Amino acid sequence: MNYFPDEVLEHVFDFITSHKDRNSVSLVCKSWYKIERCSRQRVFIGNCYSISPERLIARFPGLKSLTLKGKPHFADFNLVPHDWGGFVYPWIKALAKSRIGLEELRLKRMVVSDESLELLSKSFVNFKSLVLVSCEGFTTDGLAAIAANCRFLRELDLQENEVDDHRGHWLSCFPESCTSLISLNFACLRGEVNLGALERLVSRSPNLKSLRLNRAVPLDTLQKLLMRAPQLVDLGIGSYVHDPFSEVYNKLKIAIQRCKSIRSLSGFLEVAPHCMSAIYPIFGNLTFLNLSYAPGLHGNKLMKLIQHCRKLQRLWILDCIGDKGLGVVALTCKELQELRVFPSDPFGAGNAAVTEEGLVLVSAGCPKLNSLLYFCQQMTNAALITVAKNCPNFIRFRLCILDPIKPDPVTNQPLDEGFGAIVQSCKGLKRLSLSGLLTDQVFLYIGMYAEQLEMLSIAFAADSDKGMLYVLNGCKKLRKLEIRDCPFGDAALLEDVGKYETMRSLWMSSCEVTLGGCKSVAEKMPSLNVEIIDECEQMEFNLDDKQKVDKMYLYRTLVGHRKDAPEYVLIL
Amino acid sequence: MSSENGKRLLETDAGGLNFEATELTLGLPGEPRVTSDGGAKLGSKRGFSETVDLKLGDNNREVKLGHSLQEAAKSPVSKTQVVGWPPVRGFAKRGKKSCKYVKVAVDGAPYLRKVDLEIYNSYQQLLTSLEDMFSCFTIRNYLNEKKIEQVNGIEYMPTYEDKDGDWMLVGDVPWQMFVESCKRLRLMKSSEAVGLGLTTGPKYSSTN
Repeated sequence: MNYFPDEVLEHVFDFITSHKDRNSVSLVCKSWYKIERCSRQRVFIGNCYSISPERLIARFPGLKSLTLKGKPHFADFNLVPHDWGGFVYPWIKALAKSRIGLEELRLKRMVVSDESLELLSKSFVNFKSLVLVSCEGFTTDGLAAIAANCRFLRELDLQENEVDDHRGHWLSCFPESCTSLISLNFACLRGEVNLGALERLVSRSPNLKSLRLNRAVPLDTLQKLLMRAPQLVDLGIGSYVHDPFSEVYNKLKIAIQRCKSIRSLSGFLEVAPHCMSAIYPIFGNLTFLNLSYAPGLHGNKLMKLIQHCRKLQRLWILDCIGDKGLGVVALTCKELQELRVFPSDPFGAGNAAVTEEGLVLVSAGCPKLNSLLYFCQQMTNAALITVAKNCPNFIRFRLCILDPIKPDPVTNQPLDEGFGAIVQSCKGLKRLSLSGLLTDQVFLYIGMYAEQLEMLSIAFAADSDKGMLYVLNGCKKLRKLEIRDCPFGDAALLEDVGKYETMRSLWMSSCEVTLGGCKSVAEKMPSLNVEIIDECEQMEFNLDDKQKVDKMYLYRTLVGHRKDAPEYVLIL
Repeated sequence: MSSENGKRLLETDAGGLNFEATELTLGLPGEPRVTSDGGAKLGSKRGFSETVDLKLGDNNREVKLGHSLQEAAKSPVSKTQVVGWPPVRGFAKRGKKSCKYVKVAVDGAPYLRKVDLEIYNSYQQLLTSLEDMFSCFTIRNYLNEKKIEQVNGIEYMPTYEDKDGDWMLVGDVPWQMFVESCKRLRLMKSSEAVGLGLTTGPKYSSTN
């Protein structure tokens, strides 16, 4: 097979960029494995506990870009205690000791300490890009270290992190010599920033393409920044509140007109709706619009705005847009591929303003729709069947009815048939989240039709173990399964334990699985870590196998039990 | 697999919603189909009403509710929150100006939790959520002056540290004022609190 010198094969492999494909390449034969591993620069690790940093470093000496994910997805909804795990420090420490020339680090749901950020900033001369999504554990002091020490920093992207904001000075830590910034996103920070330092930084960053500001950046600073950075492609506005008759407002209008490249707009963390007309000129070119942090925009003002967005491909919005507003989206945004409608009042008394009607309108008007996240008041089978017919291209379909076990309000039936239609019609469906009243039947459909399904989220559904079994037996490509509050017990859990080795992870909380059942999985499958989160220390006093387990998280791993679990996590 | 059934499911009239479509079902040969009143039976089984009032309809049937909903159903308050539902991350940062995370310590628990006070609208919602988080304890509910059934005989009193550094009983001041001034929460064992003479309920009513 080896008619080519290694360099030629390496060159060919350069064209193979997807992780899955490169993983497949490495399995062909020993020599391909060797060539691939030495030339690999980007590695994605979906579960930081599935492998150790040492083994990563040993296998991929040329590593430049690392993506790591930590906590299970349900941690986003307060179901996982804060110090459960997902610490990045051991990874940075190991990489720092090695000869790896790390340039990019992307973390999701991990605990990142200031210490880690400081070590990161000092250990890799060519470090260029730090992306933190839904992380926690650091303060603006850690950011100051990154700013001060990473001389060639191109990207600092903070998305939805919990950051202890010590206010002010971190932005000033970018040295005068730092002119390489391409992307700066600090929208999730809650504290003040040094506005003068921000203006100077933007002035000396000619390559800046993406800038997302936090709430503390007022409109007059925004205007100055836009004057200095007319080349921006992605803008996140912090505070957008001003007197529409002021000079600052006029200056903003002029500045906006120079920004001909903006294709992506977000933020509006504080907004005065009557000031929106100043930025109408850019709406016509937008491909991504995120207004999900702007409850101040609704009603007619919002609809008027949407009418400008003829090129929109992705829209993230609050449900105060209403079914009527979604009708405007359907008429205007013919290129729409992704829609996310978030609840503006999730615990409120049914004032949520979207129903199945809005979704049906969008499905009819936007035939390219392939990704949906939709929080709504209610849904009907008829609507889902219509949506399935209108949009057979869904890759992601996540529906959340605010009342978790609400049936079809018209027929009082469960929503089995509706979701069944979705999985049957959307042959490329990779991610599905269910809600509403659901029986075992919907899982029968999922097992039968959802052949490409990789991730499934289930809550308050099913009648028996059969539901879970249909899914485990039918969905051959399943990688992540997360279940809460369903009547699935040991019989379902133990039916095919080998299946879990083909998946990244399984989460089950408030179900019917027992300690004995979980122990059994752990015994039979040494390649899995079976973790029980026992917050009330019930297990310590009472190790009865028949006891129901409140939260179980199991995942495949090559490195056995992790050593950093807190006391209330039992690894079986 | 019955492909004819599969085809029928998606047949609708051209255009518009077709309500007859909801009568069609799929099923494997020999598999029992969902009966026409299966939904109605299930509907009454769960009995979930519009305003999230948990009325458990027909009591003859064994009710298989998720654990969290059962717990929520026991609560005396009609507007109840289930932990982690709806599944939306960082809600407190949308729709709200700020986000107020405070630490919650429970006597006897090895670690603390954090809650965002901004996502609640009343003391009742906060206490219910805390009970859920530390689900093996019960919290003495001064506001309703009802005795919640005790799980393991240990009762807790909710206290908090205010801006001045003083430890106060939760419930005395209006909710918003409490949110402004609360720095951290502590669920103190009732037995310890007895000595402090905290036997009278708060002056502030639960209706706000």
